[in-house]
Amino acid sequence: MSDTPTYRIILAKLGLDGHDRGIRVVARILRDAGFEVIYLGLRQTTASIIAAAEEEDVDAIGLSMHNAGHMTLAPDMLAALKDADIEIPVILGGIIPDDDVQPLLDAGIAVVLGPGAPAEDVVASVRSAIETAPSARL
Amino acid sequence: MSDPVPSNAASNPDASEPAQTQARRQWEEASARTPLRNIPFETMSGVPVDGVYGDAPYPGQYPYTRGVHANMYRSRLWTMRMFAGFGTAHDTNARFKDILKNGGSGLSTAFDMPTLMGRDSDSPWSRGEVGRAGVAIDTLDDMLDLFADIDLSGVSTSMTINGPAAVLLAMYAAAADHTGVDRASLSGTIQNDVLKEYQAQKEYIYPPRPSVRIITDMMQFTASEMPRWNSISISGYHIREAGSTAAHELAFTLANGFAYVEAAVAAGLDIDDFAPRLSFFFNAHNDFFEEIGKFRAARRIWARWMKERYGAQNEKSMMCRFHTQTAGVSLTAQQPEINIARVAVQAMAAAIGGSQSLHTDSFDEALALPTEKAARIALRTQQIVAHETGVANVADPLGGAPYVEWMTDEMERQAEAVFDHLDTLGNGSILEGVYAGIDNGFFVGEIAEAAYRYEREVNEGKRIIVGVNDFTDGDEERHTEILRIDAKVEEEQLARLAAVKQSRNDADVTDTLLRVTTAAAESGENLMPHIINAVKARCTVEEIGDAMEKEFGRYIEPAVI
Repeated sequence: MSDTPTYRIILAKLGLDGHDRGIRVVARILRDAGFEVIYLGLRQTTASIIAAAEEEDVDAIGLSMHNAGHMTLAPDMLAALKDADIEIPVILGGIIPDDDVQPLLDAGIAVVLGPGAPAEDVVASVRSAIETAPSARL
Repeated sequence: MSDPVPSNAASNPDASEPAQTQARRQWEEASARTPLRNIPFETMSGVPVDGVYGDAPYPGQYPYTRGVHANMYRSRLWTMRMFAGFGTAHDTNARFKDILKNGGSGLSTAFDMPTLMGRDSDSPWSRGEVGRAGVAIDTLDDMLDLFADIDLSGVSTSMTINGPAAVLLAMYAAAADHTGVDRASLSGTIQNDVLKEYQAQKEYIYPPRPSVRIITDMMQFTASEMPRWNSISISGYHIREAGSTAAHELAFTLANGFAYVEAAVAAGLDIDDFAPRLSFFFNAHNDFFEEIGKFRAARRIWARWMKERYGAQNEKSMMCRFHTQTAGVSLTAQQPEINIARVAVQAMAAAIGGSQSLHTDSFDEALALPTEKAARIALRTQQIVAHETGVANVADPLGGAPYVEWMTDEMERQAEAVFDHLDTLGNGSILEGVYAGIDNGFFVGEIAEAAYRYEREVNEGKRIIVGVNDFTDGDEERHTEILRIDAKVEEEQLARLAAVKQSRNDADVTDTLLRVTTAAAESGENLMPHIINAVKARCTVEEIGDAMEKEFGRYIEPAVI
């Protein structure tokens, strides 16, 4: 375990969506797997997340969406990261209909984790997204 | 902790009549006073059945463990109140009419996320969210569209809204005024339970104390102007959905109820004036007997606390009347049709548990808002329980079953431990204990830990979720027809809002908003008349909300996991 680097990940929800059961569970899963979780929580904006990403020098951003706003908000996040010249993977979880997954991946989301994704998959997906990102430090 | 047989004292003409016999006689007298539905109360095979079996206290008798009315569903079935809302007010109006046509007996309004959070459709926060999670309501004109051609004096309407509840209630009253309907004839419920927002649903606007003041203003307003209106639906549903145990759902809900009682009494209201119109809202989850025990314990606890701790004398103040919704969180995206079976079992638990009103979820709701067909199947599920299973023939049919009585006692025991903790935390006040628990993360922490425990159990295979961690064949045929909200909805609503802002009188807007802020600053002043005036001037949900925020400030949740 000691040679696994400690990755830092922001966990946040964009927009008005208040369904935070999932993101709080993911926070615990990642914390227990050795990640350093920077929990921003509810009602964040792309600006507040970018500010935290810069200040905290994180390896990834995890967003959770349950309000059917993902086709607007996920691209918003990607655009904001591009504008700020930040190249870190964005992992998306929540209620994402199957038909929307590929378009989101095509748009640049690194991973989409659906409802019921087991803890091991969450950890493995986040790790893999970080380690295979173009800007990954190895 | 099980129920004592009611004492012989008051109405016993024959002092030697055993208490049990007297209670049964009193139940029969109460039963005869309320008309029954005009159907034979028989099994499918034609065997006549009695209204209740087993021991006292009977339904309609303190502490109401066995039900709040003597006849329960023999007199009136639970209200089949299907939650609906999406798109514009016009879209939802059409769905409301479908529901009424299909046999739904009450309306229940789901608002979109911007409206729930007190934001207008043109707020930067609302982008991508207008009309998606429910119906978009910005001004009184939207409310008028929502209930177009629906006689407000002839329906019972529930509105699921919390942070901006005062504004939506004002709009409903104003809509009644506009259509010539007497406010006193309005029947329904507004959720208006802000305490659980800080604990679970997170749809708060202002901090806890000013938010509770708004609620007591609304309770006072409805007590005098809308006596058939339930001013609050004290909710456990969301607490459970956030991950709590059944016992904590029960305990946190009733504690919030006690908190509102204390707040209202402190605001000068007489307990027996407002308490009869407090209502509750519980979850119906998968563990059939745990849920039934929970519902029964809720009634017993509420009655005892209202009578013994808070001194209520009107028996209606002691009755825990509740709406139930089947557990949304139990629905799986995998093999969605099997959710129909889950909902049927959950609906049975609610009916056997004596719920006054029921919403059954649609099978596709793990994926999106329901399609019309899925919503219809959900309503039919309730109708099957009501008309085909026989559970409505007998009140509290599982009363006396050893497991169910034990479960009722156990739920009560666990809840009392929580009340004890909050009472201590609040130095003898549950209201103060709840405020403290919100501030120190007690509720949020308990709920998150329970959610995490559950997730680990599922992960480790200790808890089977059919279709998710076992019996997964069939997932490849995952149904893809889901409700999609057209992006045009947002455009339409923005155009509508712009038109209202164009045509309204700006001076009236400024003036009425100022009066709302002034009223907010005076704790003895009831906000409702001022909000109603603002609503009639076509002020928006957000404008009125901001007018109060000037005085109350905005709540930000501590970012602690």
